[in-house]
Amino acid sequence: MNARERMNTALMVDESKQIFKVSRQAFVDPDILAAERSRIFDKCWLYLGHSSEVPKPGDFVTRQVGGRNILFARDAKRTLRAMLNTCPHRGAQVCREKHGSAKSFQCFYHGWVFGLDGGLRSQPGEASYAPDFKERSTSNMQQVARFEGYRDFNFICFDKNAESLETYLGAVKEYLDIIADQAEAGMTIVGGTQEYSMRANWKLLTENSIDGYHALTTHATYFDYLKATNGGLAPVPLEGAARDLGNGHAVLEYKAPWGRPVAQWVPMWGEDGKKEVDRLYQGLVARHGEERARRIALFNRNLFVFPNLVVNDIMAVTVRTYYPVAPDFMNVSAWALAPKDETDWARKYRLFNFLEFLGPGGFATPDDVEALEQCQRGFRNSAEAQWNDISKGMGKEVPAYDDELQMRAFWSNWNKRVFQASI
Amino acid sequence: MQNISRADIEDFLFAEAELLDEWRLPEWLELFTEDAIYYVPSTDVAPDSSPDKNLFYVADDRFRLSERVKRLMKRTAHAEFPHSRTRHLVSNVRIRGRSDSELEVGSAFITYRTKDGMTDTYFGSNRYRIVVEDGRLRIKEKRCLLDSEGLRTQGRVSIIL
Repeated sequence: MNARERMNTALMVDESKQIFKVSRQAFVDPDILAAERSRIFDKCWLYLGHSSEVPKPGDFVTRQVGGRNILFARDAKRTLRAMLNTCPHRGAQVCREKHGSAKSFQCFYHGWVFGLDGGLRSQPGEASYAPDFKERSTSNMQQVARFEGYRDFNFICFDKNAESLETYLGAVKEYLDIIADQAEAGMTIVGGTQEYSMRANWKLLTENSIDGYHALTTHATYFDYLKATNGGLAPVPLEGAARDLGNGHAVLEYKAPWGRPVAQWVPMWGEDGKKEVDRLYQGLVARHGEERARRIALFNRNLFVFPNLVVNDIMAVTVRTYYPVAPDFMNVSAWALAPKDETDWARKYRLFNFLEFLGPGGFATPDDVEALEQCQRGFRNSAEAQWNDISKGMGKEVPAYDDELQMRAFWSNWNKRVFQASI
Repeated sequence: MQNISRADIEDFLFAEAELLDEWRLPEWLELFTEDAIYYVPSTDVAPDSSPDKNLFYVADDRFRLSERVKRLMKRTAHAEFPHSRTRHLVSNVRIRGRSDSELEVGSAFITYRTKDGMTDTYFGSNRYRIVVEDGRLRIKEKRCLLDSEGLRTQGRVSIIL
């Protein structure tokens, strides 16, 4: 009997006593990871990439999603494609570059050539194959079972019977709209991927990404830094709310004193920056009205899309996804998202802002990595010290951004999928 | 700059490595000019990319570099408290270019970082622009090009490379 069969839940919940606990076994057990692979990563919509990463016909990127090797490409008719990056002949990875532009894809092993849509075009020794060989769908590179996009965020799903992406995203769509509506000309990924890893369970990064409670202690040096910058902060208190968006998705929405290149000015940006930020704000008002413009410009959002996508609309906009390699190891990929048409000034300060806080060389993320790795080390004691406490803010009408409602939303859906899904 | 030899540059870079390994970061910072920059680009962009247009791992001007040093010397820089042990190895030093005011220097590096029973290896090349100020060598630019695929498995660049 494996661990998942022994357990029928990882949660200990009693609303009346404000108890919400998670078993630490969920972070260390290989059987739990196996269940997550089949019941979460094989069933849920997973983020693949942004349309702007493959702007022209022939553009492609390769990446690992849900444990598979995926080729994300734009074909000759400009249609986006998500293909399993494996030759239908004998299985070799067909495309071996991280990104680029191609007229076709050729498997080097036996020389089979595929079109940008994955269709077999030619293979050496064609005369030795059956006459209708090329017409068979099994001769082509295989498309991922499901591939859909919303506002240029593209997702794949390995379950052909899954609900549509729009249904799956549900209330998340409104938040993706707010992010996509920041720019009249649309948003684009800005060159350069941050690829890193953590010696920690992937669910710790889910929690951390929507955890407002840790900011002031874990990131003390970041707030010290902000105070040291020229003129420091915007006169804005750190306050806001957390929301459960259903399906395990969640968001923090709050105000904070750092600069937002979309339109919250800080003194460091000077008078020229003030003019630029005013111009951006007036553009938002003209396009969306005063109320929505304020929401877009002045509120931060840490948006979590179950199971492993985080879009942070904070001092810059990040898109981050991660996947477990082992119970105690994950790989992380992160990108910067920015308005396509922003000025050089705005782009420069956006990226400068990004690195102040974010990423494995920033003034904050390394401390998150350390915290998560220290949790994983602490879980070595889980035979005796068995439970994590996730009860902060239970019983409140409106939980604050630094309560733990959003983690409970994640864990409830995680638990449902891992333990209650029919096989 | 015409009379500066490779041996002079090597002595300077070896001394830089020693300051980093001994966590004498405020002294290390004094090796840099007031307008210096310190860059660690992402590994999927061109080596001479600009951080104004591309996402990097680190892109510090002198102010942010001094703040990085201040941060790393605090107990609340959790990623580096207690400090990890490091060893910066510098080799393959070459003077790649020389003008009246500036030297362009290339070197290879391997840096080991040990903490909590784990050892991470960082490797790649450094490109320096070096000037003379008040009779002493000073770094105007240090661009650190990682050869690894991103930061897998190191996970972070919480030390200075």
